[in-house]
Amino acid sequence: MSRDVTLEHVTIRFGSHTAVDDAHLTIRSGEFFSFLGPSGCGKTTLLRCVSGFLEPTEGRVLIGGEDMRGVGPNRRPTALIFQNLALFPLMSVAENIAFALEVRGVGRQARRKRAVELLELIALPHVGDKKVYELSGGQRQRVAIARALAAEPQILLLDEPLSALDLKLRQHMRSELRAIQRRVGLTFIYITHDQGEALTMSDRVAVMSEGRIEQVDEPLAVYDHPKTSFVASFVGETNVLPATVTGRDGTDVTLQTDGGLIVQGFAVGRRQYRAGERCQVFVRPEQIKVAPPEPGPNRLAARVLAEEFEGNLRHVSLAVGGSVGGSGGAPAVGALAVGGQPLRMSVVNDGSLPPLQPDAALTVTFDPSVASVLPEGPLARA
Amino acid sequence: MSARGNVLAARGSVWRPVVARISWQRLLLLLFVAAFFAYLFGPLIIMTVTAFNSADYPRVTPWDCFTTQWFGRFGRDSLLLAGLANSFFIGLGVVLLSLPIGLAAAIALSEVGERARSLLYTVFIVPILLPGIVIGIATLLFWGRIAGSFGLGHDTLLYNGIFLTILGQVCFISSYSMLIFLARIQRFDPTQTEAALDLGATPGQAFRKVLLPFLKPAIGSAAVLAFLASVENYNTTVFTIVSESTFTTVLASKVRFGIDPTISAIAVIIITTTLVAAIIQEARQRRLAARRREALAGVAAGAGAAAVMAGPTGRLLSHPASVAVLLLAVVGGLVWAGSRYDSSACQDALLQQKLQRQQELLEQQRQRMQQQAPAQPAPVPSGAAPKPASPFGGVFAPNNLGLSAPGGAVPAPAPPGAAPKPASPFGNAFAPDNLGLSAPGGATAPKIEPGAPAAPADPAPATQ
Repeated sequence: MSRDVTLEHVTIRFGSHTAVDDAHLTIRSGEFFSFLGPSGCGKTTLLRCVSGFLEPTEGRVLIGGEDMRGVGPNRRPTALIFQNLALFPLMSVAENIAFALEVRGVGRQARRKRAVELLELIALPHVGDKKVYELSGGQRQRVAIARALAAEPQILLLDEPLSALDLKLRQHMRSELRAIQRRVGLTFIYITHDQGEALTMSDRVAVMSEGRIEQVDEPLAVYDHPKTSFVASFVGETNVLPATVTGRDGTDVTLQTDGGLIVQGFAVGRRQYRAGERCQVFVRPEQIKVAPPEPGPNRLAARVLAEEFEGNLRHVSLAVGGSVGGSGGAPAVGALAVGGQPLRMSVVNDGSLPPLQPDAALTVTFDPSVASVLPEGPLARA
Repeated sequence: MSARGNVLAARGSVWRPVVARISWQRLLLLLFVAAFFAYLFGPLIIMTVTAFNSADYPRVTPWDCFTTQWFGRFGRDSLLLAGLANSFFIGLGVVLLSLPIGLAAAIALSEVGERARSLLYTVFIVPILLPGIVIGIATLLFWGRIAGSFGLGHDTLLYNGIFLTILGQVCFISSYSMLIFLARIQRFDPTQTEAALDLGATPGQAFRKVLLPFLKPAIGSAAVLAFLASVENYNTTVFTIVSESTFTTVLASKVRFGIDPTISAIAVIIITTTLVAAIIQEARQRRLAARRREALAGVAAGAGAAAVMAGPTGRLLSHPASVAVLLLAVVGGLVWAGSRYDSSACQDALLQQKLQRQQELLEQQRQRMQQQAPAQPAPVPSGAAPKPASPFGGVFAPNNLGLSAPGGAVPAPAPPGAAPKPASPFGNAFAPDNLGLSAPGGATAPKIEPGAPAAPADPAPATQ
């Protein structure tokens, strides 16, 4: 059985510092929901608020429609997987798993039985009598999940549980976690600063920055249609072009970048831009393509700065001079790119593009429908 | 084989000069280590030896007779035994009170914020910094006041020495135990408690099942330390004990009337107890460490665990229980042998020898007196040869320090027959005139002190 969680205008302050600012959303029952954001964005604070270690300064937390104000962590239907796992080092693995039953006064036989069941679930059937320090990192991870599940929570909260594991194990545990979630059918609330984890596992993702929830959406929407500058720059690789609006036709916006390029993009959220307004254009590297000979919008004269080869992908850094047919031809050799940043282009290594020599001149293009125009806002730090 | 030999030879030739070069440093190090251990254990060894010497004063030389009588005397000393029982009882009470108080203080310190912590820490630590005497007197006065305000008589608990001593000692011993708990709690991961709460434990259950097991070693050491600090305490106890007595106060009063080797015997018993306990504890620690290693080796290889301990025999012998049995058997055997040993024969012989020697001396003296009686009175007192005024060359004579007594008329310390010598071993460099400074008497100083002439080389006669 699982339940939904509703945050009603939750604000949490520590003195003058606002850790969580007006979080307002509903996490559906049985959903794998992630909070994604850089460290210090308030996501762990929000999780501690749901689990009951913190009371919100303002607003309410509802679990299954019940107000949780004044309900301690030991009486909430949540179980938390801690970042450092917080397994009890003096107890055996089975004792760890059966702890939730022990404090409820369940008899020794029943505890043992349940521990064995849960060890089966996490595919570690023979480690019950071992001490925690005898297990490997991935095994501890799974024991922590089993221990939390033994409490029969309706909501499982996970605080960056994979951050201590090495890359290979982390990728393995992603699918493992997702599989466990499907098997037990609980609501999972997952905290991470790793966008790969959030995008691969989640049903929905909330992107947070400086205490504010910037966007709540499905992973694909977060990636393809970021609603704020922060989300656009935090999730995935992207090119940022600071620009000024010169004209508008419905959602199509014409802009002049600070480097003097004339480009076209679409206004996210059908925002009505006025001419002269400052904004930012975001284009993902994989959306930038070598231009076909026929004319079209957003044709940019460029010069190759460097190329990095990454097996399946080729990353090309470009210096961009001006729009072809606009203010001039390809930039001079050694010229720096727009806004001090080279334009990055990622090309699938399918043999369609011949090897590029440094300083080679090139015309690139991108579709106006993938160039998100957003009002000027803070970017994620690299 | 020969290649290996070559390698070893080459290594030897490389290392030999190094050894030669550092050998004197090693020597110094060895000397230092020897001196260090002599300093640490010398008194204990001397004390132990004196416990078995039959001389009435604890001493090593002259050696009279090997004896175990002082242990017997300790066993019959009802005052000392009563004090020991009181000390034990007080120690127990102190442990039972100061551990919970210290633990509560340590937990409070770990929970509060940064600023409150340093303030609270100072408050908790003050009893350790206060002199024990102050705590003793304060305890006595405070509880006396309380008893007085309730109109309680002198036969009530608040005037009971044992009760007051427990209260007084708990004041500062709970601070000690707080320090021990604090050191352990600082290594505690507070998310453990949070995890327990999150899994449905009440705060009480989280404390009992998670924090308390973690603190177990600290509880053990705090209990031992608190007990020892209580038993050995004198400063506070001497005031709070009122009309009762403890081990330390009995010992102290014994010292006032002159000690005998009973004290050494007590020391031997204490040292032995400590040694036995320490060795058993060490065996336990090693066993735990070996177990841990074995478990880890099991994870790594699954095999190789057998190599950790030298087979089942070694395992049995190194088990703390067998170590304890062995040590207790040895100590018990020594005690049994000691209790059967009778040194009275040796002591009687020694006594006879001494009596005989005394008789001889008396006899000699009588003969001498008979011979000299017709002649003159004994020349001994006035017959001393002329000797220097002072074995320190007059350095400590008041005049040589350039200080004069207020009256100035200082009698010369040297007898008239003293040989002429320099007034000062420092060539009068420190004479006030030479430094351009004058003694409180100002210009009159030289006149008052003819023993401090101006010329440093001049061999002046002694002050007259």
